[in-house]
Amino acid sequence: MVRAEAVHKRYGLLEVLRGITLEVAPREVMCLLGPSGSGKSTFLRCVNHLEKINSGRLYVDGSLVGYEERGGRLHELPEREVCRRRTEIGMVFQRFNLFPHMTALENVVEAPVLVKKEPRAVVTTRARALLDRVGLSNKVDAYPNQLSGGQQQRVAIARALAMQPKLMLFDEPTSALDPELVGEVLDVIRALAEDGMTMIVVTHEIGFAREVGDTLVFMDEGVVVESGVPREVLANPQHERTKAFLSKVL
Amino acid sequence: MTIDSAEGHRLEEIRAVPLRHPGRWAATAVLLVLAAMLVHDTVTNRHFGWGIVDSYFLSPPIVQGVEKTLELTFIAMAVGVILGVGFAVMRLSPNPILSGAAWLYIWFFRGTPVYVQLLFWYFISYLQPTVSLGIPFGPQFVHMSANTLVSPLVAAILGLGLNEGAYYAEIVRAGILSVDHGQFEAAQSLGMRRAQLMRRIVLPQAMRIIVPPTGNETISMLKTSSLAVVVTYPELLYKTQNIIATTYEPIPLLIMASFWYLLMTTVLTIGQYYVERYYARGSSFALPLTPIQRLRRNLTTLRRVPFSTSALGEQ
Repeated sequence: MVRAEAVHKRYGLLEVLRGITLEVAPREVMCLLGPSGSGKSTFLRCVNHLEKINSGRLYVDGSLVGYEERGGRLHELPEREVCRRRTEIGMVFQRFNLFPHMTALENVVEAPVLVKKEPRAVVTTRARALLDRVGLSNKVDAYPNQLSGGQQQRVAIARALAMQPKLMLFDEPTSALDPELVGEVLDVIRALAEDGMTMIVVTHEIGFAREVGDTLVFMDEGVVVESGVPREVLANPQHERTKAFLSKVL
Repeated sequence: MTIDSAEGHRLEEIRAVPLRHPGRWAATAVLLVLAAMLVHDTVTNRHFGWGIVDSYFLSPPIVQGVEKTLELTFIAMAVGVILGVGFAVMRLSPNPILSGAAWLYIWFFRGTPVYVQLLFWYFISYLQPTVSLGIPFGPQFVHMSANTLVSPLVAAILGLGLNEGAYYAEIVRAGILSVDHGQFEAAQSLGMRRAQLMRRIVLPQAMRIIVPPTGNETISMLKTSSLAVVVTYPELLYKTQNIIATTYEPIPLLIMASFWYLLMTTVLTIGQYYVERYYARGSSFALPLTPIQRLRRNLTTLRRVPFSTSALGEQ
């Protein structure tokens, strides 16, 4: 579903990604772990082309992200095409980023109607079902500022799912939450994994990575330090850097 | 009212002697004396000409002038808002030609006096006697004399509207920049194109920042529209000056015109209040009650003694 080949990303002189190579299979849940500044979020943002990569190749569902290869050269994709591809990738942010001027239901309904031109009635039915699925059927008419952080994040997940994506990206979905609200969001993500959604989850929740992740990737300073089955990597880290990190967070 | 504390003590509600404010009393006394002097003067000084103010206030030429003032204000403001939103979005565009053009427009129209711009449009026929429609540098199909095309109304709209567009672009730009960057990313990640995310996500949120200065600009425009006198557009001040020219009573007539301007700006101020409330939806600030709601609340709480402070926070 996602294939990265030696992906590099620079901001000016700062090299944030220094050759990321990894592959996410369909229905796989990959957890990205690592200290802050290691490039996890940047990599996630490259996958849906919120950031442009400087070198390497990044494929989602078999096609290059942001470019098209014709006659041996890369051509930038027009905005229309970049946006069409983004509709197939859902993203959930650390700070929720719900639209504050819309109710929970309007947040979920907005993009499928506006972007995919689906009939509003159809989308509304689907949106209500999604809000019900994330346990918020009694909050459909609430504005984001009337919801707790955990509730907002669950609306944000429903909003991403309403586009019926093939791939979900989670950028530290529980980092901005009060500890007691983390569970309700992780439960939703876990249920999604059980339904077979392909996901990349940047997280600091080691327990979640162990339980739900199919693969765990440990990143540091823009490279993949090690990866493998979460239980094995966590129990028996091979690299000093991984050991040092895990000894602090476990 | 008494409350039982956790320890079982009975806590009396505090009824302390209020702090005295002698300064307030002194200031009130001074202001009352000044107000009395002012009232005395306005009543006894016959140069105010209250009779003349009254007799012209609803006279046909003045009412026509008021209509023209309102017409010009709303058209020029509409032109300004449309241009302003357009140029603000252009100014923030990743396309350097568009953003450069918007910068140039704002630089020029904000950098020259609106009075000069009005005169410029009034005298446009010296520069460009005929206006033609057709292919640039090629054949022209329609010819029009600039004098018939640029009537006093059109000159006033162009002068005030183009100038307003430059100011308004900066207001809209400030509003757009105030929207959290995460909103752009969330909208982009849902596949929205720039135009879609601007229209549906960013501008509605920017409105909360844009609306208060828009009210300000509209009020300002209402008053600035009096400059249209120089392009012989027959608005309120133009009509007033006509009457002054025949009656030689400048003070009463200027007072009369000022009353009209005050009346109109007051109506706009009330309108602004309600528009602001509308765009504050979903913001973190609790909306204060409207005066009418407050009146109703006070009437109902009067019956429900004693006075309750908890009524303030809820809606």
